[in-house]
Amino acid sequence: MSEMTTLAPPEVPTWRMYRAMVGVGLLCGLLIVTAFQVTAPIIARNRAAALQRAVFEVLPGAASSKTFVRQGDAFVPLPEGASDTPAVGEERVYAGFAEGGDLIGVAIEAEGMGYADVIKVLYGYGFRENAIVGFKVLESKETPGLGDKIEKDPGFRENFKALDVSLDPAGKEPVHPIEVVPHGTKTSPWQIDAITGATISSKATGSLLRKSTAYWMPLLAPRRGDFEGSR
Amino acid sequence: MTTDGQKNQPSSTDEFIKGLWRDNPVFVQVLGMCPTLAVTNTAQNALAMGLATTFVLVMSNIVVSSIRNFIPKQVRIATFILVIATFVTIVDYAIQAISLDLHKALGAFIALIVVNCVILGRAEAFASKNGVAASALDGLGMGFGFTFALLCLGVVREVLGNGALFGVHVFPERFQEWVIMILPSGGFFTMGAWLLVFNALKKRKANAAGPREEAA
Repeated sequence: MSEMTTLAPPEVPTWRMYRAMVGVGLLCGLLIVTAFQVTAPIIARNRAAALQRAVFEVLPGAASSKTFVRQGDAFVPLPEGASDTPAVGEERVYAGFAEGGDLIGVAIEAEGMGYADVIKVLYGYGFRENAIVGFKVLESKETPGLGDKIEKDPGFRENFKALDVSLDPAGKEPVHPIEVVPHGTKTSPWQIDAITGATISSKATGSLLRKSTAYWMPLLAPRRGDFEGSR
Repeated sequence: MTTDGQKNQPSSTDEFIKGLWRDNPVFVQVLGMCPTLAVTNTAQNALAMGLATTFVLVMSNIVVSSIRNFIPKQVRIATFILVIATFVTIVDYAIQAISLDLHKALGAFIALIVVNCVILGRAEAFASKNGVAASALDGLGMGFGFTFALLCLGVVREVLGNGALFGVHVFPERFQEWVIMILPSGGFFTMGAWLLVFNALKKRKANAAGPREEAA
């Protein structure tokens, strides 16, 4: 290397540099396209399976699921062959059906700011219970050992087995917006019992669910037929 | 590095072994610190990261050494990076196909293999000057050395921080986990402790070898 600084490098014609870069670039492009072509269907299958598993997890008893797209006030099944990733502004929900084909509920994705980064969750809304019946964190970067307890803590998960979100008589908003209360003081079915030592993450979870349910419940509750009529 | 006589006729086992121990990329050369500290919070992540890096290292070494006479000096770094980036992209797709959870756990660090200086370092220092077979072995040795080092960190951090090894609990339920070990600062503590161990070993070996060399 020290020679390079004292001696000028030998003249190389520009076309040789072009040849080398373009040649290698073409080869690399070909390799990447091949790898993409081979893995794309497997990755898509993995994604679909992961989503399916998550939907089953938040809708206890579900044996099959179907994706729906919101169109104005109505919900229509996602057409066959549609892209796996929703288009911008497209809102999707995932209906879960029991063994016999009875509608169990709808799984909804929601997100909100946590302590470290955005928390993404999937929760299940049961039509019969008029409540959140399941909850799963899809993505979070909360502090390991503290905030990440929202993913695993059994006591915290207990909150989402029947979290009341029933609507007021006009059907415009939930009667009792979801509240987060200090650990051990939960008295009503619309309250979330926070985790000691993870107050911010607990509150963030409560707040993102409150916002999401305030938006979705008035839309979903009157449209139960859209989902039931689809099978 | 120190023995030039060996470099002139390197045996193939030597190319392989040097990366594992004598020139270990992490503990001796202290290269590639970013993934070493960031993704070694569990043994599984460390293993996956190590193997992914090994694959990129071997493949880029093979390609770089086979096209080395065709690449003008002026554009060699750009070409090497292009080759490395290609294999990183392939690994990224492959890991997504193998397990989405693993891909999520390793996060941005898969894509960042491209800037791991171990890889460009081997392409420039070894593969661009040696044959295909020797370069492949060099890549394999360095890759396994890197994986070994990542595992050293990952095992310690997971056992102390989670009370588990490869996700299997090894401590009784009552064990109070050292949460700090899975946080970034735990990576620095563990790395420091391992460097201490390696330097102590090296010093002992040098002391033991010293008098014998004088006698000869």
